[in-house]
Order: sequence, then structure tokens, then C-alpha cells
Amino acid sequence: MKPINEVRSVMTPLNRKNVDTDQIISKEFLKRIERTGFGKYLFYHWRFNADGTENKAFVLNDERFAGSTILVAHDNFGCGSSREHAPWAILDYGFQVVIAPSFADIFHNNCFKNGILPIRLSVSEIEELLSKGLQHPYSLEVDLEKQTVTGEDGKAYAFEIDQYYKQMLLNGWDEISLTFQYEEQITNYEKMHA
Amino acid sequence: MAKTIIEKVWDQHIVYEEQGKPDLLYIDLHLLHEVTSPQAFEGLRLAGRKVRRPDLCFATMDHNVPTRNLPFITDPIAKKQIVTLETNCQEFGIPLADMDHPDQGIVHIIGPELGLTQPGKTIVCGDSHTSTHGAFGAIAFGIGTSEVEHVLSTQTLWQSKPKTMEIRINGKLGFGVTAKDVILAIIAKFGIDVGTGHIAEFTGEAIRDLTMEERMTICNMSIEAGAKAGLISPDETTVEYLRGRRYVPQGDAFEEAAEKWLALASDEGATYDTVLEIDAESIEPFVTWGTNPSMGAGISSLVPSAQDFEDESDKEALEKALAYMGLEEGTPLSSIPIQHVFIGSCTNARLSDLREAAGVIAGQKVHPDVTAIVVPGSRTVKKQAEEEGLDKVFLEAGFEWRESGCSMCLAMNDDVVPAGERCASTSNRNFEGRQGAGSRTHLMSPAMAAAAAIKGRFTDVREMRLAHA
Ligand code: SF4
Repeated sequence: MKPINEVRSVMTPLNRKNVDTDQIISKEFLKRIERTGFGKYLFYHWRFNADGTENKAFVLNDERFAGSTILVAHDNFGCGSSREHAPWAILDYGFQVVIAPSFADIFHNNCFKNGILPIRLSVSEIEELLSKGLQHPYSLEVDLEKQTVTGEDGKAYAFEIDQYYKQMLLNGWDEISLTFQYEEQITNYEKMHA
Repeated sequence: MAKTIIEKVWDQHIVYEEQGKPDLLYIDLHLLHEVTSPQAFEGLRLAGRKVRRPDLCFATMDHNVPTRNLPFITDPIAKKQIVTLETNCQEFGIPLADMDHPDQGIVHIIGPELGLTQPGKTIVCGDSHTSTHGAFGAIAFGIGTSEVEHVLSTQTLWQSKPKTMEIRINGKLGFGVTAKDVILAIIAKFGIDVGTGHIAEFTGEAIRDLTMEERMTICNMSIEAGAKAGLISPDETTVEYLRGRRYVPQGDAFEEAAEKWLALASDEGATYDTVLEIDAESIEPFVTWGTNPSMGAGISSLVPSAQDFEDESDKEALEKALAYMGLEEGTPLSSIPIQHVFIGSCTNARLSDLREAAGVIAGQKVHPDVTAIVVPGSRTVKKQAEEEGLDKVFLEAGFEWRESGCSMCLAMNDDVVPAGERCASTSNRNFEGRQGAGSRTHLMSPAMAAAAAIKGRFTDVREMRLAHA
């Protein structure tokens, strides 16, 4: 997993609540047996019309946000299916940070395992960001070490993050190797419960 | 101190705890299927790791499998996923109910059926509807593929202790009201993210009266209220369901186990971080009209109008949902015509669900504008239903009778609702495109879906039953 700390980019404003993982990556793209290559299918049915042409009205097709690595969305992002193909698609497309007022639990967990930083800000802060970001391209600087998001106009927002997951992201640690340090405890547990 | 079942089961599974870290939790049962596991096995192989406890794993194939023309899979990529699961299970020594196996079925149907699901276990699967198994008083939740890999190699997971929630259903359910109506009503009342960060316990008289099958329907959809897991304290109903099943202890050992299970029930006076309540009598047969499971209403209602909502973003969500669903504000739900009926999925494809639907349609014919299919949740369900002659009831009415699998619940195989067409479905998600690009899904109980199949539109099943009686 790649470590993550500072991320600077124009934000992509996705002004929707309850974006579910069926929308993030539709089931017809779940048949691959690799972890990579899902980016081109991200938000497929919103990005493309039924005839395969680009839906110009969808924010990911707006050239002003091309190359953006920070996605800002509304409440309850990533609800629905547990498919990790959703964060894989987000990462493969190029996003490293997703900012929203709330995330569904499984999606939130899945982000940490893949080096994506999910940031929770309050509803009013998100609405402020979305309204700025929708008016004109608006750049953000995310600093994980300091736990801040700073806008190009200097407006700063602090965010909370579980320290365990913060260290994992900052160091790019592989969680399984970490857990192997507790092998003795696992074995003891198994003996006691055999 | 009085404890909830959630705290009891959680605490019993802590392998290691430390301030500032999630708990390291032991996992008792790991269920696997073909879609969310290949990358996990590949990860093991690349790192040269093994599966720590293949004996605590159980795999099946459900999402991709065709429900007709077995055993021929025409989709080469789906086939590859299925073959990959076979190879992985062989290589790592994991028990597998493959496509030809008599135990094959939807993973959340076969776990309980085989008695693998038991009270007090921690159960995970790379699938969000793992919450189904909570009906037995287990802590059961869906995980991502990286976590699948983590459980395979360590039999544990790092998990932050969730908050506890009680969802109490007071009073008794009315005539013709089913478990599916209860859970849809709860989600409509409290929203699809009310449970975020919580494990929810369903309590109250109405819950105690339910069969295990009905309890599974409720717990299955707790994820649709955002809860990490949903569960129900075990009681005699739980014990009797499990008695004699293949993977439970037998004889005296069973009685011993049963005693332990019953002791897991939440203590009198235990407190929860959040408490929600709903009156059973207020619930009527339910139908969803929108694009998430909270967008639903009783069958006697109208499709909502913008003026029913105060919040601007709710008005917008309504507008988007109705545009997608092709519905007008204020339309009576019972006037909406449908073209498809799907009776199936891990929510409602157990034997009792098929009986419920068959009871409504017996002696009648599917409306000429409707294509209706029944997809039993497992091979065992299919066999039992056939022994009772339910297949004949469905076939005579004009339903198709299929092989078991997830099928039209997520349309990964070739069971797809065409764009713009409407499906009365007993599944759990009505998200945009869930049953096929542009498809319009309406969630409801098996009885309501069966009634819709006959009438060609949504209809209050209670009226049909009365007319019948
Ligand atoms: S039936 Fe539907 S919800 Fe259940 S496991 Fe299969 S795809 Fe998932």
C-alpha cells in the first residue's frame, strides 16, 4: 500500500447524498479477478449515456476537474454493497481522498485498506466546500499528519481520524503483517476456546 | 452489570485490546463466495501465506450462477470467477458447495440451513447481507476483500467497538403484515443511515412472535438502515430451529450448547446507546417507490410530493428518484402497473417465503403483461418446495421455476430487468440499475409480489386474501 500524507488538488464536487457502491462500480464490472483496472468503470452509468457517449452533465466529465485527486460528496457515501471494487475503482481512477459528512461503515473500512483517506467534515462544512467547488474550480490541500483540509482561499477545516488508521495510511503499512505480531495471542485464544 | 447480547458476544471474542486501537476480534465462521474472494486468495499467494483455519471457512457459488440451463455458463468471465473459486478452495483446503453440490445456494441461506450459523458466533463474509445471520444472536457483518484476506490468514479482524442500538417493535403485527413490511417500515421511518456505526438488536413482542425465517428477513436488511450488523437475542425458537441440523452439536452436547446460547440474550435492564421504537399496529403491507430502501410507503399511500419534505436536498432526491422510476407525484401506489416479478434473494427465498407467495396465487393466473420468476434460495429450499408441490402451484399460475442463486437480485447473471421496465421484487435493494441498467425495482414481501403478479399492478394482498377466504 502506498503511504499517503499531503495531497493537493482541485476538488471534484459530487453533490449527492447516499452514493451507493452499486453506482460507484456497477455489478457488470465485478467479474474481474484482479484488484486493478476498475477506474474506467467508476460511476459508469452516470458518466456514460446508454449509447456509450459521455454524459457531459456529469461532474467527472467536466474538464475543469480533470486530474483531480480529491472527491467531495454528501452524506452517507459508499452505502450498500460491501464490494471493495468500489474503493479500487476510486483509487484506480485517481482519487486519493474522499471527503463527506458521513460514510457507510464497510466502505469507510475498505478505504483504509487501500490507501484512500476518507475524511469526515460536518454537513455545513461540506455544503460550503460543495458550493465553492461548484461555482469555480477550487483547490484543496489535505494534510493527514496535521489533520487539516485547507482551501485555496486559506479557509481551513480540522478533521478527526482514528490514530491506528492514521498511522497505517502515513506509513503505508500492510495490516496483515501487523497482525502477525499478535500470533501468540491468537494461538492462546484458540487454545482457550478449543 | 446488565449487558446486551452485543457486548457479551463482542467481549467473548477479543483476542487483544489496547487503548487507542481497534479490538483484535476472533472470527468463528468465514463464509466465502466467488465475487469478493479471488483477489484475497491472490493476495495470500503473492505473500506466500496460508489459510489459518480452513475448517472455519465455508464457500459456495451464488452471485454469478445461471438459474437455468445448468451447468452451462455462457459468460466466460463469470465462468472464470467460478473456476477460480474451485481452484482456490482446493488449494487452501476450504469446504465448498459448488454448482453441482446439493448444498449449493445463496450464502446467507445455506449458513443457517446447515446449522453453521449459531448463536454467539462472530460471522463474516465478503457480502453486506451477512447481517442475516444475526437472527440467531450472532455478530455477523459484511467485510471487504482486504478483510477477507486478513481473516483467511489470521482468523481475526481489527474492529472498533460499535455503538449499540435497540430497535423495539411494540405490539403485534396486523393481519397480512410480514417481516419484510416491518423492516421496510423501519427503514422508511428512520432512514438508510440511522444505524451507521451501530450494531442493532431487534426486540419487542412482535419480534418474539416471528419464526427464524422471518427474523432472518429482518436482520438481512439491517444493513439497509446502515447498521454494521443486526441481531436478535436467541430464545426457544432459535434453539428449535437449530436442533438436528448438520453442523450443530448433537445429543447431550446440543442441550449444553443451547443453555449457553440462551444465556447470551440481553439482560433485563441492559442499556443501549440509541433506542428506536415503532408500533407494530402502524405497519401495513409496504412497497418502495424510489431508488433506495427508505423510499417506501404503505400500499394505501400515494407516491410522495415535494411538499411532503422540508429539506431542499430531500426534495431534490425525490425529484431524481421519481425521474429515474418514471413516476408522478401523488400517484396511488396501488395503481402502478408492473412487467416483472422476482421472488428470490437472501431476503425472501426461504421455504416459508415460497409458501407465502404460493398461498396468494393458488388457483390463479399471472397477469398477461407480467413475466414472473421464482428463484429458490438454495438447492435444499428448491427440493423441499418440490416435495410440497409448490413448484406446481407456481408453474400452473404461469411463473418460471428456476435453479437457486442470487439471480435478479443483482442481475450479475443473465436474469435482468430491461431498461424502463418495472419489477416487483422480494430482494433488498432498489438502487438505480440494480436489476439491470435502467431497470425500476420496487421492494416488497413475497405475498405482495405474488399479488402484484396476478393483478399486474401493486395491490393490497389483504384484499386478495379476504376475497379468497
Ligand atoms: S441475494 Fe442479493 S443481496 Fe443476497 S447475497 Fe445475493 S446478491 Fe447479495
